[in-house]
Amino acid sequence: MLGKLTWDAIPFDQPIPLLTSLIVIVGLAAVALYTLWRGWWPYLWRDWIVTVDHKRLGIMYALLAMVMLVRGFIDALMMRSQQALAAGGNQGYLPPEHYDQIFSAHGTIMIFFVAMPFVIGLMNFVVPLQLGVRDVAFPVLNSVSFWLTASGALLVNVSLFVGEFARTGWLVYPPLSELEFSPGVGVDYYLWALQISGAGTLMTGINFTTTILKLRARGMGYGRMPMFCWTALASNLLIVAAFPILTATFALLLLDRYLGFHFFTTDGGGNAMMFVNLIWAWGHPEVYILVLPAFGIFSEVTATFSSKPLFGYRSMAAATLAICILSMLVWLHHFFTMGASANVNAFFGIMSIVIAVPTGVKVFNWLFTMYGGRIRFTAPLLWVLGFICTFVIGGMTGVLLAIPPADFVLHNSLFLVAHFHNVIIGGVLFGLFAGYMYWFPKAFGFTLHDGLGKAAFWCWLIGFYLAFMPLYWLGLMGATRRMQHYAETEWQPMMFLAMAGALVILLGIALIFVQLFVSIRDRDRRRDRTGDPWNGRTLEWSIASPPPAWNFSTLPQVEGTDAYWQMKQAGRATAHRPPYEAIHLPRNSSVGVSIAFFSSIGGFALVWHIWWLAVICFVGVLVAALAHGWIIDREVEIPASEVAAFERARQAGSAS
Amino acid sequence: MSVVVETGRPADEIPYSERGPAPLENVVAFGFWLFLLSDVVLFSGLFAAYAVLADRTAGGPDGLKLFDRGSVLLETACLLFSSFTVGLCALAIERRSPAATYLWAAVTFALGAAFLGLEVKEFLRMIDAGAAPTRSAFLSAFFTLVGTHGLHVTLGLAWLVAMMAQVVTLGFLPIVVRRLLCFILFWHALDIVWIGVFTIVYLGAR
Amino acid sequence: MADPTRTDSTAQGQPPGLNRGQRGGILNYLTGLVFAIVLTLASFWAAETDLVYGPAVPVLLASLAVAQMGVHVVFFFHISTGPEDANNFLALAFGVFVVALVVFGSMLIMNNLDANMPSLDQIMKMQR
Repeated sequence: MLGKLTWDAIPFDQPIPLLTSLIVIVGLAAVALYTLWRGWWPYLWRDWIVTVDHKRLGIMYALLAMVMLVRGFIDALMMRSQQALAAGGNQGYLPPEHYDQIFSAHGTIMIFFVAMPFVIGLMNFVVPLQLGVRDVAFPVLNSVSFWLTASGALLVNVSLFVGEFARTGWLVYPPLSELEFSPGVGVDYYLWALQISGAGTLMTGINFTTTILKLRARGMGYGRMPMFCWTALASNLLIVAAFPILTATFALLLLDRYLGFHFFTTDGGGNAMMFVNLIWAWGHPEVYILVLPAFGIFSEVTATFSSKPLFGYRSMAAATLAICILSMLVWLHHFFTMGASANVNAFFGIMSIVIAVPTGVKVFNWLFTMYGGRIRFTAPLLWVLGFICTFVIGGMTGVLLAIPPADFVLHNSLFLVAHFHNVIIGGVLFGLFAGYMYWFPKAFGFTLHDGLGKAAFWCWLIGFYLAFMPLYWLGLMGATRRMQHYAETEWQPMMFLAMAGALVILLGIALIFVQLFVSIRDRDRRRDRTGDPWNGRTLEWSIASPPPAWNFSTLPQVEGTDAYWQMKQAGRATAHRPPYEAIHLPRNSSVGVSIAFFSSIGGFALVWHIWWLAVICFVGVLVAALAHGWIIDREVEIPASEVAAFERARQAGSAS
Repeated sequence: MSVVVETGRPADEIPYSERGPAPLENVVAFGFWLFLLSDVVLFSGLFAAYAVLADRTAGGPDGLKLFDRGSVLLETACLLFSSFTVGLCALAIERRSPAATYLWAAVTFALGAAFLGLEVKEFLRMIDAGAAPTRSAFLSAFFTLVGTHGLHVTLGLAWLVAMMAQVVTLGFLPIVVRRLLCFILFWHALDIVWIGVFTIVYLGAR
Repeated sequence: MADPTRTDSTAQGQPPGLNRGQRGGILNYLTGLVFAIVLTLASFWAAETDLVYGPAVPVLLASLAVAQMGVHVVFFFHISTGPEDANNFLALAFGVFVVALVVFGSMLIMNNLDANMPSLDQIMKMQR
């Protein structure tokens, strides 16, 4: 009746997951009940849960990412502390079967449920505003995308309380991930969570590629798009190209596990190496999906706070597209040691080194943007400066690893771990924090406390170097990744240093939350009524903060790059003037949350082999989609008078 | 006035990329085109798995022994003609003619169903002969690749029924017409994937 | 979302599948069908025949398949290389690029791995 699900699934004998799960459940229940008591549920449902507004979806994506960052980072603290303790005769406090789940969960959560949602969230909020349009191409699909991502995150979190997570690492290589060697539910939780959220991500890729190519303000040809939109385009093209490979590969593994097929098994002719090949054909483009928008954020922030146009717009766009194409030609560098011949390894090694060239072009363009500019050292710009030093180091270690003979020594060592954290933290995460602090005033109408933002930055920067430079050293000394315990006691001091770094990063994360709390508390004092606190250059700064639902009261006509800067130079900072027309916006829809509801339960049912429930949920998804198909009244009209009233109030507000 | 500054250029000299947001039917069709391309990439993963695993028969039967080319030719004919009839359906939709739309949709459905029937018969014959997907990597890859295509055809037929229900209940509303055009693109794409399947899988087994 | 009173119907090129003006109606579809039938029959013939040099048959089959896919793209999808179809064509080119990479890249790499360490199947075949 309940498939494989029994009371044994709940970790009564494991204090850490049990306690954590109880705290989370009690906390969620408390929040839900408080919200109910204050009568906020109708508002939450109407304005957030069923919204199709790209700005609100973007904020929800970012919120999801921040919450999952906490979970993923706790996993990191546990790993660091275990490794600091478990040297020589000491076994630490985490047994291997538990430790293995922690490092698998850490990687899975950080990539799929922190970095991806945060990047997608920022693209969601910013891209339509920078393009001068009212919403993305498919607003309802956008809502479905968000809720499917949330559904995947939910499944991963449920695995902590009911059952277990994968013990295979974040990419579940077979044969270890096959039924023969992972008979539990951990790998199944992983696979279903990522199939569900992967579908959402693919929809995002289609949505934003279409938006950027087909929906731009009049006059905004490709050569006049903000650089963030160029990088968003490249990133979403990569999503469309790469995520189907992930879906296909996981489907093959699911078929092996559920129906006894032989794609990657050790018997029946299966080829486990094919999994490694296919998964990295997705995996390498994935890291560029993450880092390209971060590059775009750096372009925006650098130009704004140098009070100069971005240097080398055309070479930036060309470099972005070059990186997009090249990122699909390097994937074998993740498995140089799997046994390909020297010629094959050499080709991919050379391509991996070549991809550093357009990246270098970008770095020089940022430097030349700052040169001769009037620089304002705000928190967002500090993240950029931190990125330039840190990411370049990480990139150089990447070029080192791209040389096959070097990789034969360093593959899967702590050197590798240090490299990818170097580029992901220094590149992606620093970019996300820069974007968060840069666009926060636009989203909420008040600025963040700059001093706390700078403090957070310094903690992250110092913490990062403390935590990961020792890992480079240890990797060269021969330390492998994912060690629950090691015999070499001479490695322990470095491990302690790394642990100290992790604690400094913890302080950095705490400061980000403190910054948010303090800024919300002081929001009336920090209110920005101009909509343009940074003297920005692109169109999002030309509208109110927070923007009205319809974004632009009059759709802009664009004549050059840095469209808003041009308007300001020509004395047209307030381009919105009467007469206004009625505006049609897409109506909210519950289809996203409904599909995600059935997907979550259905995913859980599939994990535990509760077939009847899985079938019901599949039917539920179909019914929700069909019901949505018969809704023909898809628009809401905002009368011209409301638009006019809004603009009048805005004029009055910014004049005071 | 939405246009704050006149550009002063004659309308047809303005490049396509500067003419502002595209109309909805353009946006929807392009988005669906991207979805089709993503689906083709999904199939490429399955094709790659098939190509790599095709000779891993684990001592069991291989393609040459199992495949019935006559049946495959018949299936190909069904699908190709259904692509033609769905094109006629597209012309009927353009004319907004309900009768012709229903007629050609029904013929397309019949041909698609015939294709599926032949394919299911072939699968059952193979499983009966001991060539189940659990027998070897080659058979796993075969059943998955061809089966996924068949699954797409099945979903397509279900979608076709839903679309006819929409035409019956809602008529040729713009939103219904946009969806019909998406369906037609989908159906053509399935035939393109089938070209790959019959060439690589059935004719390639030598 | 596009404001309907404001969009230029030619903005950003034309959608795939819709070919205003070039559509020859039923004649266009019939032509595509006939070409496709010819190419299909040619493929099935090529797989059986002795008239073509053996090792060249896979290349012939591949060419016929690509040609037939092209027939579908031109006659059924109405995609051209004109400026109004630029987005559609570039997207298609990118898709073809990715497919070629995944399929041929995987085949090359996995073949290379097998050359260095043959699979059990290959070893058994060598022993026969």
